[in-house]
Amino acid sequence: MRFEGKHNHTWRKFKSALACTIAFVSAILVILPLGLVFFYLLINGIGSVNWDFFTKLPAPVGAVGGGMANAIVGTLILLAIAGVIGIPIGVLGGVYLAEYGSARINSVLRFLADVLNGVPSITWGVVVYGLIVLRFKSFSALAGGLALGLIMIPLILRTTEEVILLVPNGYREASLALGVSRWQTIVHIVMKTASKGIITGILLALARVGGETAPLLFTAFGNRFWNHSLTEPIAALPLQVFTYAISPYDDWHRQAWAGALVLVTGVFCVNVLVRILTRGRGASPL
Amino acid sequence: MENLLMPTSERIVEEGMEQPSEVPSNSETVLASTFRVKNMSIWYGEKRAIEDVTIDIASNAVTAIIGPSGCGKSTFLRALNRMHELTPKTRMEGTVLLNGEDLYSSGVDPTVVRRRVGMVFQKSNPFPTMTIGENVIVGLRLNGVHDQKFLNERLEKSLRMAALWDEVKDDLNKPGTSLSGGQQQRLCIARTLAVEPEVVLMDEPCSALDPIATAKIEELISDLKTKYTIVTVTHNMQQAGRISDYTAFFYLGRLIEFGPTTTIFTNPKERQTEDYITGRFG
Repeated sequence: MRFEGKHNHTWRKFKSALACTIAFVSAILVILPLGLVFFYLLINGIGSVNWDFFTKLPAPVGAVGGGMANAIVGTLILLAIAGVIGIPIGVLGGVYLAEYGSARINSVLRFLADVLNGVPSITWGVVVYGLIVLRFKSFSALAGGLALGLIMIPLILRTTEEVILLVPNGYREASLALGVSRWQTIVHIVMKTASKGIITGILLALARVGGETAPLLFTAFGNRFWNHSLTEPIAALPLQVFTYAISPYDDWHRQAWAGALVLVTGVFCVNVLVRILTRGRGASPL
Repeated sequence: MENLLMPTSERIVEEGMEQPSEVPSNSETVLASTFRVKNMSIWYGEKRAIEDVTIDIASNAVTAIIGPSGCGKSTFLRALNRMHELTPKTRMEGTVLLNGEDLYSSGVDPTVVRRRVGMVFQKSNPFPTMTIGENVIVGLRLNGVHDQKFLNERLEKSLRMAALWDEVKDDLNKPGTSLSGGQQQRLCIARTLAVEPEVVLMDEPCSALDPIATAKIEELISDLKTKYTIVTVTHNMQQAGRISDYTAFFYLGRLIEFGPTTTIFTNPKERQTEDYITGRFG
């Protein structure tokens, strides 16, 4: 082929520019919903985000004011319970997949974990309802936390496995060659090297389940007052938003907007935290 | 003597008080041999990587292992501290005696073997999460030594032996990865020396370094042999000639020829050795 055909060249340049433009517009479209969500929440919710919102209990129907203090604390308690269940099991499971086990068993486990990750979150609510709520005849914070914790396990398991596999083998060998045992090597060398990635996975899993509503509907159930025992129903921010949003009261609608805004801001903050963590001091490749 | 291979963290501390040269050796052993390898064969799955190798490795000397890529020299080296077992589906036959004790007899913990037979790798690999100082003493710390005074002494001693102390003594709290390539490799040598092994295995320790850093490591190896038995794999014929007292030539998993380096290089008995050394293949 010779360098002739000026038309051809122009046509190709045009196609290239077109493809580039389409890709660019698609990228913008990806971000657009996030911008819209934030914009809407800010407009509708910011007016109700005030000191009372963070410190007061919900006001009775008809009374003006009140807040979601119990729901905010409730979400934190639920996340703590979920973390106690989900973090150790997820992290240790990820370590097992990455460091032990045979290739065949691991690929089965990995596949099952991916299936679990795809299970609709309301399913977890139903499972825990059947296992815990029916048996103890009570909605409870523990049941809600368990449902969230079960969702966290496969999420954390997969991220932990992936970041541990990223740790170069040279570090394992160097440690073992010093006469350090396998387990000590995994804990003090491998997991320490991958710690930023593991923490990132944990934070993202917490942010993900922190916004879940469906698994809490018939486990934590919600509560208009302070929760005094983990065996009693407990309020959660997304549940409260759900309840208020489907209510017929304007005041509750405003509170629902505010609750959603606080929730999204929380998730946003966790993601920013993750960015800062993963940027780090550059000492680790992860 | 039998309990030398027992997994106790105290042993390290006790041993730390002695010089490695005073480690008791079995009276039946020929005094000058640290390793006595008999009929060693190693398989990776179905593939035989080492075939019937018998060799005695001299104490307080540098033994170089040469041979073309894939000839099994790294496998042989790794079998001397049971590192090859990290590869799945390996099988080993034969015996390896370290100062008279069988490294492969049942009940011997590979972890303890590796404490006595240290290893330096081709690619320097200081732990990225640790400072220079932490890197040196990590082997002791993870084996349960927490006496800070002892650790500090061992830190300085190891870095001095690795000829790195003067360069890093003011930067012990900087990350190990902040050093240059050659310094990182000497840091890894210091890290290996800190657990006071009897033998230091080196797997092409200079192949990733520039000539100046290589010269420093070679000088260091020569210094270290007064206290340690050193076995090094190298691709570099000149290097083997410069630093080693004995040379073993491996080809296709077999030990073709073994003897004093001067003999191997000037008057090899085997045709294959001569061809390899003169650069006709490999």
